[in-house]
Amino acid sequence: MLESKQLAAQRGAATLFSGIDFRLAPGDALLVTGANGSGKTTLLRIAAGLSHAAQGTLSWRGVAVAPLDAELRAAVTYIGHAAALKDELTAEENLASQTSLHAGSADSGAIARALGLWSLDRQRALPARALSMGQRRRIGLARLALVPRPLWILDEPAAALDAAGLALLCGMIGAHLAQGGMAIIATHQDIGLSGPSVRGLALS
Amino acid sequence: MTAAQAAPRPLPAPGAWRGVAWAVRRDLRLALRSKAELGVQLLFYVIVATLVPLGVGPDSVLLRALGPGVLWVAALLASLLALPRLFAMDFADGTLEQMTLSPYPLPALISGKIAAHWLATGLPLVAVSPLLGLQFGLGGDELVVLALGLLLGTPTLSLIGAVGAALTLGLRNGALLALLVLPLYVPVLIFGAGAVDAVRTGLGAGAELSLLGAGLLGALVGAPLAAAAAARIAID
Repeated sequence: MLESKQLAAQRGAATLFSGIDFRLAPGDALLVTGANGSGKTTLLRIAAGLSHAAQGTLSWRGVAVAPLDAELRAAVTYIGHAAALKDELTAEENLASQTSLHAGSADSGAIARALGLWSLDRQRALPARALSMGQRRRIGLARLALVPRPLWILDEPAAALDAAGLALLCGMIGAHLAQGGMAIIATHQDIGLSGPSVRGLALS
Repeated sequence: MTAAQAAPRPLPAPGAWRGVAWAVRRDLRLALRSKAELGVQLLFYVIVATLVPLGVGPDSVLLRALGPGVLWVAALLASLLALPRLFAMDFADGTLEQMTLSPYPLPALISGKIAAHWLATGLPLVAVSPLLGLQFGLGGDELVVLALGLLLGTPTLSLIGAVGAALTLGLRNGALLALLVLPLYVPVLIFGAGAVDAVRTGLGAGAELSLLGAGLLGALVGAPLAAAAAARIAID
């Protein structure tokens, strides 16, 4: 489980947020909301082990972890604003490359199924530069099914997604939580995720 | 902790070599997709090495004396030309942060990137250098030593350059990279050009080539670690 105590972050001299406590047990999701610039991305990057917190501690399975801790790294899938796509590579190559970077199963059958799930069959051989924002986002999200990780950290996953994509995403997150997974999701729109295990964290 | 055990287990940490192989494969594929950008650097090398004999004139003694230095300086600048692109794209599009989160060790991924960068930008320079050496009237032995020196020296340039490229990530000022890296290139330049001179004057090039080899080994060990540390700072 992931737990934070009194996390604080600064940008320059200004404090973005402070005193953030959360505790994610298996099956829990945390919806981080807040205005633009309130520090949602910063909090998610700290939780993923990408950035240092100005104050406070983050612990994973009861052990305090530093940024880029190997245990935490092996447990997290982080999908940020940047889709990490290469314009020169096709949708299929991009997904295969991302999946094998995270030591997931990148055989062509699994990749084709994941692309099919996200309705990208026909874009399979198109270079990423020819894809729309929503389609690029879908390639990034397709990795969730290919790289099994207990902790998903998703930064605005619904951005540029259409209604069908949003429903698919919600279903995947629900199934992930039902299997004992955890998720931290930053969003400023209602993505339709609810239930007793979904808690909100509003940054101001 | 039964609930925690029900969660998917993290994968075992995979080996470093698979990380190297991932980065080499991906970066070579990317390089092949953007051949025009690769061509610029090789073209620069060929043009500089061709313009100098045209500018100096047909004085064979002078050209032979200038040749090794000019060819090495041109190789150095051509290598510098390709450096900013090494990490900048991956940094901008979010790949670098995904690399730091990968279960593969970051220095392994970066080693692979440097290896692919050298294969795409350094090796072609080595391959054309004997041809360019002919324009300076260099003889058979000198051409062999020139190519051999570049074969040992250009990977060192890529390795040292990678540290500079990682350190200057996120900075807008491209000149800083040159200022940072060029002084560190100097020993490679001196021993590389010196090796050809040594053959020309009848001394063996063994000492210079050995030093280039030693430099390469040192850079192979140290540079990926330093570049990885710099990349982590840039990500934070």
